Amino acid sequence: MSAPPASQAPAAGAAPAPRPDREVLLRIQDLVKYYPIMGGVLRRHVGDVKAVDGVSLDLGKGEVLGLVGESGCGKTTLGRSVLYLQKPTSGKVVFDGRDMSNLSARELRRIRKRMQIIFQDPYGSLNPRMPVLDIIGEGLVAQGITDSKTRIKKVEDALETVGLRRDYTRRYPHEFSGGQRQRIGIARALVLEPDFIVCDEAVSALDVSIQSQILNLLLDLREAFGFTYLFIAHNLSVIEYISDRVGVMYLGKLVELADTTETFNNPRHPYTVALLSAIPDPDPRVHKKRLVLKGDVPSPAAPPSGCRFHTRCWLREQLGNPENCSTEDPPFRELSTGHRVACHYAEQVSSERVSSAAAKAPAVVSADVGDVAEIPFPSLQPPGAPPA
Amino acid sequence: MATSPKLASTGPAAAPAVDASGAIATADVEVALESLSQWQLAWRRFKRHKMALLGLGIFGVMVAIAILGPILVPYNPLDIPGSPIPGGTGPALNHPFGTDNNGRDVLTMVLNGARISVAIGFFSMSIAGLTGVIVGAVSGFAGGIVDNLLMRLVDVLFAIPFLFVILVAARFFGQGSVVALILIFGLLSWPLIARLVRASFLSLREADFVEAARAVGVSNVRITFRHILPNALGPVIVAMTLLMASNIVLEAFVSYLGFGISEDQTSWGNALSNAQTALIFGNWWWAFFPGMAIALTVLSINFIGDGLRDALDPRARA
Amino acid sequence: MSDAVLGPGVPPPPDVLLEVRDLRTYFHVMDGTVPAVDGVSFSIKRGETMGLVGESGCGKSVTSLTIMRLLDIPPAEIASGEIWFDGRDLLRLPESEMREVRGNDITMIFQEPMTSLNPVFTIGDQIGEAVQQHRHVSKKAGWDRAVEMLRLVGIPGPERRAKQYPHEMSGGMRQRVMIAMALACDPKLVVADEPTTALDVTIQAQILELIKALQQETGAALLLITHDLAVVAETVQQAAVMYAGKIVETGSVEDVILRPKHPYTEGLLRSIPSHVARGQRLNVIKGTVPNPFRMPVGCRFEPRCPYAFEPCHDHEPPLQAPSGDQSQGVACWLHVPEAQRPGRAVAPASPPAPSQPVVPVESVSRQ
Repeated sequence: MSAPPASQAPAAGAAPAPRPDREVLLRIQDLVKYYPIMGGVLRRHVGDVKAVDGVSLDLGKGEVLGLVGESGCGKTTLGRSVLYLQKPTSGKVVFDGRDMSNLSARELRRIRKRMQIIFQDPYGSLNPRMPVLDIIGEGLVAQGITDSKTRIKKVEDALETVGLRRDYTRRYPHEFSGGQRQRIGIARALVLEPDFIVCDEAVSALDVSIQSQILNLLLDLREAFGFTYLFIAHNLSVIEYISDRVGVMYLGKLVELADTTETFNNPRHPYTVALLSAIPDPDPRVHKKRLVLKGDVPSPAAPPSGCRFHTRCWLREQLGNPENCSTEDPPFRELSTGHRVACHYAEQVSSERVSSAAAKAPAVVSADVGDVAEIPFPSLQPPGAPPA
Repeated sequence: MATSPKLASTGPAAAPAVDASGAIATADVEVALESLSQWQLAWRRFKRHKMALLGLGIFGVMVAIAILGPILVPYNPLDIPGSPIPGGTGPALNHPFGTDNNGRDVLTMVLNGARISVAIGFFSMSIAGLTGVIVGAVSGFAGGIVDNLLMRLVDVLFAIPFLFVILVAARFFGQGSVVALILIFGLLSWPLIARLVRASFLSLREADFVEAARAVGVSNVRITFRHILPNALGPVIVAMTLLMASNIVLEAFVSYLGFGISEDQTSWGNALSNAQTALIFGNWWWAFFPGMAIALTVLSINFIGDGLRDALDPRARA
Repeated sequence: MSDAVLGPGVPPPPDVLLEVRDLRTYFHVMDGTVPAVDGVSFSIKRGETMGLVGESGCGKSVTSLTIMRLLDIPPAEIASGEIWFDGRDLLRLPESEMREVRGNDITMIFQEPMTSLNPVFTIGDQIGEAVQQHRHVSKKAGWDRAVEMLRLVGIPGPERRAKQYPHEMSGGMRQRVMIAMALACDPKLVVADEPTTALDVTIQAQILELIKALQQETGAALLLITHDLAVVAETVQQAAVMYAGKIVETGSVEDVILRPKHPYTEGLLRSIPSHVARGQRLNVIKGTVPNPFRMPVGCRFEPRCPYAFEPCHDHEPPLQAPSGDQSQGVACWLHVPEAQRPGRAVAPASPPAPSQPVVPVESVSRQ
C-alpha cells in the first residue's frame, strides 16, 4: 500500500452522491441486540437491556454514514454488532451480498479482512506489551500473510500512509501521544485493505487540533481508497463535517435518517431538534436559545411504551392526540426522498412549532420541568454560508 | 532538565502530519536511542525502590546459600563431637552462631536449613502459580459452565481448614519429605492464584485491544497467550512472591510443630522446635539465628513484592 | 494589564478579586522537570466571568489547582508567583488559613461528578458538611441550607433528594449537586474545571444554562476551564488561551474568537468543525505540542506556526497589549512593531481574520 496517489475524486465540497446511485455494501435489517439481565437468587433471566431494538439501514459503497446519539442510545453496540464482534440477538446483517449469520467461524474470520474498526480510546486499544509491528501486523498473520518480508513492508507502508515514520515498527505504544496512537489504530485497520470501516468515536478522545488532523486523514483515505465508513460519534459538529448522511439514534432505535444538510437544516424528529439546539455555538454574538429536555434518558432495560421519546417530547403537549404517542411505536417511515423519521407527527415539526412550544413554557432551567428556554433556535447555517 | 540518552521518548513526540500533497511533512521527532519494552520499564521502576533492591539483595544471598549449601558449611552436620554440653556454647570465633546441646554448629544448621526452606517456598510457589494460571485462564476465558465448575472447586478448596489439612497430610503422606511438602503446599495454595488470574482475564477480555485482535481475525488461543496473559501477569507475580514468603513461614510452623520436616534433616522450623528447651537455660543463639533467618528471608521477599507491585502497575508511566 | 504597573507584594485594587502574577508551577518527575505553568498572569474582577481555554497539557487545570493550593507539593513545586485573592496573597497563607478560603470563598466544580462525590454519604450530608465547617452552624442548619441549594440548582423534590446517595442520581443531576455544593457557602469565586466535558450534549446544555443563570443571580466570579471554545463563547465574558504552560492571548470573548491575534488561537478556531463552512477542509495545525522536557527556547508555538519569522525561534515574546489596547493581550512578535525591522522579508502584520477564509496550505484538498 503505497502513499495515496493524486486523487481525481471530487473536491470535498461537492454534494454527496444521492443514495440510490450508490451500490449497497452493507444492509442491516431489523437488527436487535439484547443483553440479558440475570436476577434473583436462582439467576433467572428477568429482563433485557435492549441496547439495539430493531434498526434497519443500508450503507452505500464509499459513503460516510454518521451515527449520532447520546449515552445509552445503542450506537456503539450497533457498530460492534454489524461487525459481528457481538452476535446480534436477531436480525440480519448482509455484507456485500453475504448474510453474516450464515457464515461458518472460518468464513467469518476471513470476511473480517474486509470490515475493520477504529476504537475510541487510543490508550486502551493498543496492547501495551506489543511492539507496533506486531500490533499492526497481527491481522496480516491471522489472514494468512505469513511471509515476514511482505508483512513488514505492508506494515511500514500503512504507517507511512497514516503519516508516521516507517521505523516506528520497533516502538511500543507508550512512546506515542494520543494522536499518534490513533494513527496506529488506523494503520491497523487499513493494512488489511478493507472495504468498510467502523469508526467508533474515533476522534472523541483527542484534542481539537489533533482531531482535525485525524478527520482530514480519514477523508483523505476515503478519497484514495474508497472506504465506506460508519462514523459513530456524539459530537454533532464532527458528524456534520464528515458525514454524507446522518442517522440519529435514541434508546436503541433510529429516529431520523437523512442527508447531512437535510438533517441539520430541516430536522423532523423532536429529539433531533432538541439535540441540535443543545450544541453550543462558538460565535459569542449568537445567544442560542435552546430546548431543554425533561429529565434523563430512560433506562434501556425499561424503555417507555409506544414512542420511546414520548416521556421527554416537547412536541407532545402541542398535539391533538398525545395518547397515540404513548401507545403506538411510530414506524420509521419515509417523509420525503431519502429522509426517514420515526414520529407520528413529523410533518408538524417546524420552526414555528418550536417557537410556540417555547412561548408556552416558563423560562426556568429546571431539571425536571420540560422547559423550552426560548424561541427560534435556527442559528443553524444554511448550506454554503460562511461562518458568522 | 537534561534527559539521558538512554531515555525512550516519554513525552509526546511530534507526529509528522500528512500535508496536502500526501508527502510526510518534516518530522521533528525526538531521536530516542533505545526503545524500552514494558518489562524493561518495569525494571526501571523497580530499581527506584531502595527497599525492594535491598530485599532483592538479601534474598539473592539466601538463594545463593541454598544452591551452594554443602560447599559453604564449615562443619559436617552429621558430625557430632564428643561430649554433649547441655544448652550448647555461645557464639565464638570457631562457632559464629554458637552450638546446640549436641555441640553441632548452629551456623551450619542455618545454612542447611536455607536450602530446604527456600526450596519448599520456591517450588511450592511455582506449582501453585502454574496450576493457578492455567485454571484461572481457562475459567476466565471460557466462562459459562466451565467457569462455574472451576470456581466452585476453588470455593470448596478455600473452605477447607488449610492448616489442619496440611498437618494431617504432612504427617500421613509427607513422612517428613521435602518433595511431599512442596506438593502439598503447592496444591493447596493454587486457588488464590486462580482467582486473581480469572479476575484479570475477565476485565481484560473486554479491553479494546483484545476486541481489536478479534476484529482482525486473531484466533482465541493466540489472543489468550499473546494479549491477555502478558497483561494479566502483573498482580499474579506479586501474589506469587508473597505466596513464597508465606509458604516459608508455613513450613517453619509445620516443622516446629513436628509435622513437617523430619529430624534427620535440618530446617529452620526444626531448629526452632529443638531450640525451645535451650531457651530456658538462657541460650538464645540456637533459637535466635534460625529465627532471624526466617524473618530476614520473609521480610526481603515482602520488600521485593512491594517493589514489584509498583513496577508492574499498568497505570504507571515510565 | 494591571500587574504591569504594580510591583510584587503590592495587592491589586479592590475591584480585582483574583490576580495571578507570573505563576510558575513545576513538576519534578523521574525524567526531569515539567514546567506545567510557566509564567502565567491574569486577573478577574468581582462578578466577572473568565474562560481559560487550551488543549490537554497546556497547564490550565494545574493553574486552577495551584490557585486552590490542591497540589501535592513534592512532586509539584510552586516556583514563583503571587496569587492575590481579595487582598491577600494565597501562596503566602499558612494551610490553616487557606482551608478557610477553600470551599468557602473559592469553590471548585470538578469534571467527574461521580468521583468527586463521596459514595457513602448522602447528598445532604455532603453539602451540609461544607456549610457546617465554614459557617460554624448546626447540623440542621447545614442540612436546611443544603436543601435550599438543591432547590436553587433546579432539582425537584429537594428534601427527598437530599437524603439520596450519589449513585441514585444520573450524571447531570450529580453535576447539579456539585454546583449546589460549590455555591452553598456563597463563594466569591467559583472555579469550574471542565464541568460539562463528561456529560451528554443535551445535559451539557442544561448545566451551562444553569451555571450562567446562577452566576448572574449570586454575583460570584467564575473561572471556567475548558478545551471547548464554543462553551467559552456561550458562558463567559473574558477569555485567556493557554499553550504549553503560557498564556498566549487574552481579551474579551468576542475579541478572542472573532478577531484572534495569536496564530495558535486562529489555528485552533479553524480546526473546529463547526467553524468551517461545509465543503471546506478543516485547518490542521501541523506537528504536536512540544516535549515538556525540551521546551523551545523562543516562542513555544514557533515550530508549528505558519507565520513564524526571524525573532520567533530564539526569543520568547512577552504577553502584552497589541497596539495599546489594554483590554487585550497577545504573546506574539507579529504584534510587536519593533520586531519587524524594515528591509527584511515581509511578515504579515496580523493573521487574517476568519471571516475572510484564507485557506492555509495544510488544509488544501489534494489536487
